[in-house]
Amino acid sequence: MMRRVYMDYTAGMPVDRRVVEAMLPYFSQQYGNPSSLHSWGNEARKAMEDARAKIVALIGAKKSEEVFFTSGGTESNNMAIKGVAYRNKDRGNHIVASTIEHMSVMNPCKALMKEGFNVTYVPVDKHGVVNVQSLEKTITDKTILVSIMYANGEIGTIEPIKEIGEIAHRRGAFFHVDAVAAAGQVPINVEKENIDLMSISSNDMYGPKGVGALYVKTGTRIQPIIQGGGQERGLRSGTENVPAMVGMGKAAEIAKAEMKTEGERLSRLRDKLIKGLLESVPISFLNGHPTQRLPNNANVRFSYIEGESLILSLDMVGVACSSGSACTSKTLEPSHVLLAIGLKHEEAHGSLLFTLGKQNTEEDVDYVVNALPNIVKRLRTISPLTPKELLR
Amino acid sequence: MYTEKVMEHFRNPHNMGEIPNADGVGTVGNPVCGDLMTIYIKVKDNAIEDIKFKTFGCGAAIATSSMITELAKGKTLEEAMKISRGDVADSLGGLPPIKMHCSNLAADGLHAAIQDYLKKKEAQK
Repeated sequence: MMRRVYMDYTAGMPVDRRVVEAMLPYFSQQYGNPSSLHSWGNEARKAMEDARAKIVALIGAKKSEEVFFTSGGTESNNMAIKGVAYRNKDRGNHIVASTIEHMSVMNPCKALMKEGFNVTYVPVDKHGVVNVQSLEKTITDKTILVSIMYANGEIGTIEPIKEIGEIAHRRGAFFHVDAVAAAGQVPINVEKENIDLMSISSNDMYGPKGVGALYVKTGTRIQPIIQGGGQERGLRSGTENVPAMVGMGKAAEIAKAEMKTEGERLSRLRDKLIKGLLESVPISFLNGHPTQRLPNNANVRFSYIEGESLILSLDMVGVACSSGSACTSKTLEPSHVLLAIGLKHEEAHGSLLFTLGKQNTEEDVDYVVNALPNIVKRLRTISPLTPKELLR
Repeated sequence: MYTEKVMEHFRNPHNMGEIPNADGVGTVGNPVCGDLMTIYIKVKDNAIEDIKFKTFGCGAAIATSSMITELAKGKTLEEAMKISRGDVADSLGGLPPIKMHCSNLAADGLHAAIQDYLKKKEAQK
C-alpha cells in the first residue's frame, strides 16, 4: 500500500483522543446549563471553569475572569477588533495592523473603515517580520488599537510581540494579538509580553473545532458584538458549548505539558524537511524567517511551476500539504502574505506549505524529500518558464 | 474537485513539448495570474499535422492544454478555429466553475497559434 503522509495540520488537525474522552460525558450525561442554579448546572459550570483555568495556565493570564470562550479564532478576532474599536471611538478612530494578518483580522478592519475608522497596515521585511520602527511612526494620538499576529500560520514567522506591546502601551493604545497559529506551539505569556487581548483557537491545538477564546486583560475597554442572555459576563452571549469548552481546556492542558518535547521534535523534523527540499530541488527557496519560526511550519517555493499542480502531484503519491493559505485559494489570488514579503505573483503561486504535527515521523520527512524532486522536475518539463539549461 | 478525465490528462499529458521549427506559435495567459500556455503547430495542406504545448499552471491548465492538442490534431485550420473553450471543458467531463475562465485558455492558445501561422504565411506572399 502507498504510504500516506499528512503535512497539512494547519488546515485540519485530528482531535487528540484524550480530548475526545474528556468531552464525551458532557454530551449526554452532564448536559446541564452552566447558568442553572441546580446541581446539573453546577456540574456544567464547574467543568467550564476547570477548562477556563487550563487556558489561563497555558497563556499565563492572571485570573480566569480574563478568558472568554468564543466560537473560534475568527470570532475572537472580530470581537477584539470591533469590540475595542466601538468602545473606544470616543478616544480615537485609528487602528494599526500588519500587512500579513489573517483574513479574520483584515476583513473586520476593512468593515470598520466603512464606518469611519482608519486602518494603517504596517509593512513586514522579506522574512515577514513586522517593521517595528515604521509601526511606532504610524501610531498617532487617535490610535486606539494595535493588532499584530503572534506568528503567521502561512510562513511561520514569529513577531517581536513584547516589543510591539511596549510601543503600543507607551502610546496609549490597546494591543491585540492573533495567536491562533502560535498558541500551543510556542510558549506565550500575556503578562510578560504586554498583551491586552489575545485570540486563540481550539482546533489549532488538537482540540475540537467551533470553540476558541479571547483573552481580555482586566481594564481593557471593550464592548460585546454579540448581545443576548449575558453569558461570559456579558461579553459573549449564547448558551455555553460545554463539551467544546471542556475539549479546548483539555487540549490546552496537553499542549502546555507537551509543548517543550513536541516543539523540539517538530523543529527537528521541520529543519530536516526544509534542508532536504532546498538541497534536493534546484532553484528552491524558504519562505519566512530561517530561525524565528513556528516549529510546525515549512514553507518552500519552487520557481517556474504552480502550487496547485504540485499539490495534485503530491496527492497522487499520498502526500497532503497546502499551497499558500487554503482559505485564500478560494479566490484564486496568490496569498497576500507571500506578496507582502515581496514575492512576485508567479513566485507566490509556486509556494508549498507543509505544516507538521504529532503523527509525523522522520520517515514521513524522508518520503516527501524523496518524492518531491521528481514531481518538480516533471512540472518544470511541462512549464514554458523553465530555463532550458535546468532541464538538461 | 476535478473529473477523472482531467486527472488523466494531468497525470499523462498528451503532446507535451515544443516543436522547434513550428509553423505557428501562440502564447496566452500570464504567470502573474498563475497560468501561461504556449501552443506550437505544424501545418500541412491547411491542416494541423502536429501540435505540442508547454504550460505553467494548475491542474486544469495542464489538462486543457493536453486536451486541445487531442482535439485539434488532424483538423483543418477552419475546423480548429471553431474549437471553443466550452468544447475543451466538455471533452474533459467539465471543469470547476471557478476554473472556467482563468485556466481554460487552451482554445485561445490554439487560435493564437493558427493566427500566428496565417500572419507568417501572409507576410511570405
